[in-house]
Formats: sequence, C-alpha cells, structure tokens
Amino acid sequence: MALLTARNVAHNFGGLRAIDDFNLELSQGELMGLIGPNGAGKTTVFNLITGVYRASEGSIRFRDRELVGRTPHEITALRIARTFQNIRLFRDLSVLDNVRIAHYSQSRYSPVEAMLHAGRFRREEQRIIGHSRDLLAIFKLEHLAAETASSLPYGYQRRLEIARALATRPELLLLDEPAAGMNPAEIDQLMEFILWIRREFQLTVLLIEHQMKLVMGICERIKVLDFGKTLAEGSPAVVRSDPMVLEAYLGEKVAG
Amino acid sequence: MPLLLVSGMVLALAIPRFNLYNNYVQMLLMYVGINIILATSLNLVNGYMGEFSLAHAGFMAVGAYTSVLLTMHVLPPETLAATFPLAVLAAGAVTSLMGLLVAIPSFKVRGDYLAIITLAFLMIVKSALENIDAIGGPRGIPGIPRLTSVPWVFAWTVTLVWLIRNFVYSRYGRGVQAIREDEIASDLMSVDTRRVKILAFMLSSFCAGVAGALFAHLLQFISPRVFDIVKTTEVLIMVYLGGIASIGGSILGAAVYTLLLEILRPSTVASLLSWLPAGLFDPLNKYVISHLGVLRMIIMPLLLVLVMIYWPRGIMGKREFRIFVPRRDKEAHRQKPVTEGMSNHGVADSP
Repeated sequence: MALLTARNVAHNFGGLRAIDDFNLELSQGELMGLIGPNGAGKTTVFNLITGVYRASEGSIRFRDRELVGRTPHEITALRIARTFQNIRLFRDLSVLDNVRIAHYSQSRYSPVEAMLHAGRFRREEQRIIGHSRDLLAIFKLEHLAAETASSLPYGYQRRLEIARALATRPELLLLDEPAAGMNPAEIDQLMEFILWIRREFQLTVLLIEHQMKLVMGICERIKVLDFGKTLAEGSPAVVRSDPMVLEAYLGEKVAG
Repeated sequence: MPLLLVSGMVLALAIPRFNLYNNYVQMLLMYVGINIILATSLNLVNGYMGEFSLAHAGFMAVGAYTSVLLTMHVLPPETLAATFPLAVLAAGAVTSLMGLLVAIPSFKVRGDYLAIITLAFLMIVKSALENIDAIGGPRGIPGIPRLTSVPWVFAWTVTLVWLIRNFVYSRYGRGVQAIREDEIASDLMSVDTRRVKILAFMLSSFCAGVAGALFAHLLQFISPRVFDIVKTTEVLIMVYLGGIASIGGSILGAAVYTLLLEILRPSTVASLLSWLPAGLFDPLNKYVISHLGVLRMIIMPLLLVLVMIYWPRGIMGKREFRIFVPRRDKEAHRQKPVTEGMSNHGVADSP
C-alpha cells in the first residue's frame, strides 16, 4: 500500500492554476525526486502536502488519513516533516532549542503542570532534552548546543534544519533543495548523508532539487513538473531521455 | 534561591509589622512589585512572542474594577483581610477571559494590525467603564479599602514571576518564541500556534488583572482615566528599558523606571539640588523643577523613544540572569567537545 497518495490535486492562486491534476503514489521507504524549472510548482506541492496551503481540489492521503483541511502541526504530528528552500531556523534561539521546539507534539504535559513545575513536566522535559541531545550528537552539532542558530555557518544550518525536522519523528521527510548553495564535493557528501538518514531513521523521502547530479544519483523515481502539470515520471534513465523533459529544460526541441 | 525568597518574605512581613521603613518607602516598594508583575507579563507577549500589545492598561482596569466590586459590594467587610486574595484571584481569572478575547484576532492578524486591535480593546474598556454609571462612570470609585500590603505584593510578585518563568522554560514558552522567530516554521515543527497564543495572552492578562487589583487597593481610588494609554506606555517603557524576552530585564526595567519616576518629583529634585548656589537654584526651581509634575510625563515617553533608537536591546535584551534559568536548561545547553573516532556516517565535519 502506498504511504502517500495524491489524487487529482489542483491549486489556484487567484486566477493562476499553480498545480493542475497532480497525482502521486509514494511507497514506504522510497526515495523520490521532484524536479522541474523554476516556478513549476514544486514547493507548492510541498506546501499542499504539509498543510501550509489547502488544496483547491483533490485529495492527499497519508496512510489512511486525509491531509487536505488539516493544519500544519496536525500533519506534522501524523509524521510528515520538511525542510525549507531558504533555511528557516529559529534564528535567535539556541541550536538545542531549535530541536527541542520540534518535540512540541510529543510532550505530554498540560500548561498548568508546566507552570507549577509538576513531576510529569520535569520528566517529560528531561526526556526531550535527552532525545534532542542524541540528535545533536548524531548530527555532530552537540558542541554547538548553546550557540544561536543564526551564528552557525551555512552548512551547519542546513544540517540543523534536517536534525530539527527529524526531531518530529517523521516517517516521510520532504527536503526542499537540500543541495542549494553547495559545491560538488559537498553534494557528494550530502548524497551519502541522505541515503544514510533514510536507512537510519527508516524514512521515505521526497526531495526537490535542481542539482541533476544528486537527483540522478540517488533518486529511485523522478517526477517532472512544469507549469503545474506533470511532464514525466519514471526512473532516472527514463526521465533523462524524455523529449518533453529536455524541451522544458532546454527551451527547444532537441534534434534527433 | 529558595533561601533568598524565604528571607525576602520574612523581610516583607517584618516591614509593615515593625514599621522598618516609613509609609512612603513602603508605598514605593509596593509600586515596584506591581510594576514588576506588569512588565514581566507584558514581556511575555511583546518580548517573547514579538507582538506589540497596547492592551495592558485595559487588562489592569478589568482586574481593578472586578476586585473592587468584590471587596466593596460582595465580600463581607469584616472578613476582607482574609478574603482579599480571593478577590485578587477572581480579578485575574476574569481578566484572563478578556485575554482570550484578544488572543482570537491574533490567529489571523499580526504586527501593526494586531497592535491596532489591542489599542481598540484598550479604548473599548475605557469608554465602557466611563459609561456605566453603576460603577461611578467617569468619576470612578473612591474610598476603596487599603488591603494591599508589602507582604501581599511580595507574595504575588514572586508567585507570578515564578509561574511566568516556568511557562517560558516549557514547550509553551519555546513555542511562543518560535512564533516570534517564524510562525509558519513553528507550525510545521508541530507547535500548536493557536493554543500557544491563547495561553500566552491568558497568562499575560491574568497577571495584569492581579496587578490591577493590587494597584486599586493601594491607590484606594480608581477611575477610567487611571488606565489609559499613558499607563500602557509606562509598562512599555519598563519592558523595552529592561530588554525584551528577559525576565530579569523586566524586573530591572520596572524597578529602574519606578524609582526614576519618583526621583523626578519636584520635591525630590529640589532637595537633591539644594546644594546649588541660590542664584542658580532659584531660577532652576522656578522654571524647571516646579513644573516637573508635567514635564516628567514628557521626559518618560521621551526615554522610550531614546531607548528604542539608541538602545533597542535594553539592559538585558534576549539575555537572562542565570538565576532565572532552570538548572535543567543550563545543563542541557552545556557544550561537550566533539568525540573523536566516531564514524562519520556521511556527516561532514566541515560545512
């Protein structure tokens, strides 16, 4: 059974049809790429899945739950997490607090227990600290726990954003241009890293990327969007040789 | 810390009992306490959450009028000494419901527009009070029993600051700060932003209501005019002077502001400057010092303007005294050096 299913999803911004007849089936454990020229609607698809936008038409189901109409935090609590194209950390807060905040829906205590410093509150807080520090250790950020997020170098910020997303304990991870601003050597490391977290955290991954090296290198399946419509879908080899895809990317028909 | 608080409470109890300080100093101490409650609670919304609420004086008014109606018309006069805390608590509870009312527009509206809504709330409260004759209308309510005392103010201040501190260092307080940093990102990181906003507004207004109740039973006279935009401005000065998102900052800001305002009284300034030669002192006294009662209402807002421009961080902006940080949080933030010999798992050591 598919983990995530999108059927006939459409989204309008005023009169503009940003997404049209979008269909997607993502199986458990799969690593899929979503590519397309700028403005094709890739990030809009992420925003529709995570509840930032509400789809104008169609249905998006995760396991057997309908996502359309749910708020972002409800969807995150259902175990879908994401990162952002432009890093959106809580810039003035500490590295540790960035990760701790993502534990919100996993904490079991009431506001009154928190304000009165009740036993359950203290135990839950210790558990969250433990889990957060474990994550920071895995991502080699533990030595930076007290630094403010904005003071980290760019690469560390990208890494912290993934750690923060994983703190919500997702089954499905959406990565929005994880390789943006990286050089070829860093992209090689990132490819290895994405494969590693997928294995280690038993994730299903859907990623948006412009770096063909990364997309063709690790994605098992690729979906190509252009002007909100699906141009092609299939294995990297199939997509690479699709004439429609080449046209969308190169802007003209390729001879031969 | 507990030792400090116990000795503080003993001192607070001893002050009125043995008349350690004269009435004026006791009064000043109580104003400092009330202002600490006001500044710390406004900081929750304006500093930690990053909104700009102007409603605080309105919340104070609701608390003041609620408690006064209880102590003067509902509770039996002979038991007031014992039932006063109940009236204060009820004032906080009623005011927190008002906070809930203001929290609802904050779901949709942020920044300047929310500030205007809170200003509208303040004006609605004021004109509602002015138009209800049963509670004195614009003339207000005189002859309120003086029930606020140094020990009570101390106990309420410590308790409320403690509650706010605990709230700030919980998932709710971190959620409040995440909303300030990036609301959509916090929602996507599983923070129930609406719930967090409701809680922050309710806790903040609860405290303002308690402060209003203590204030009314200290001043012994309230009228709608007491709780206008000037009162809100005063609390804003305390918050931004002390520094946003800092409990220690708000305590300092409230104390510094209250004392500064007292020093600027004509009689205080006159006695402070009495060593000046008469040729200098007399014109100064005639043209400046004797007008300070009016002038300080210009000087203090001017202070807010200057702080905002030249010292936007205030005394403690986004920093905190270690004494207010729970030990749990200090330990959690300790930075261990990187462990050598761990496999890299594709995690680059350099970005």
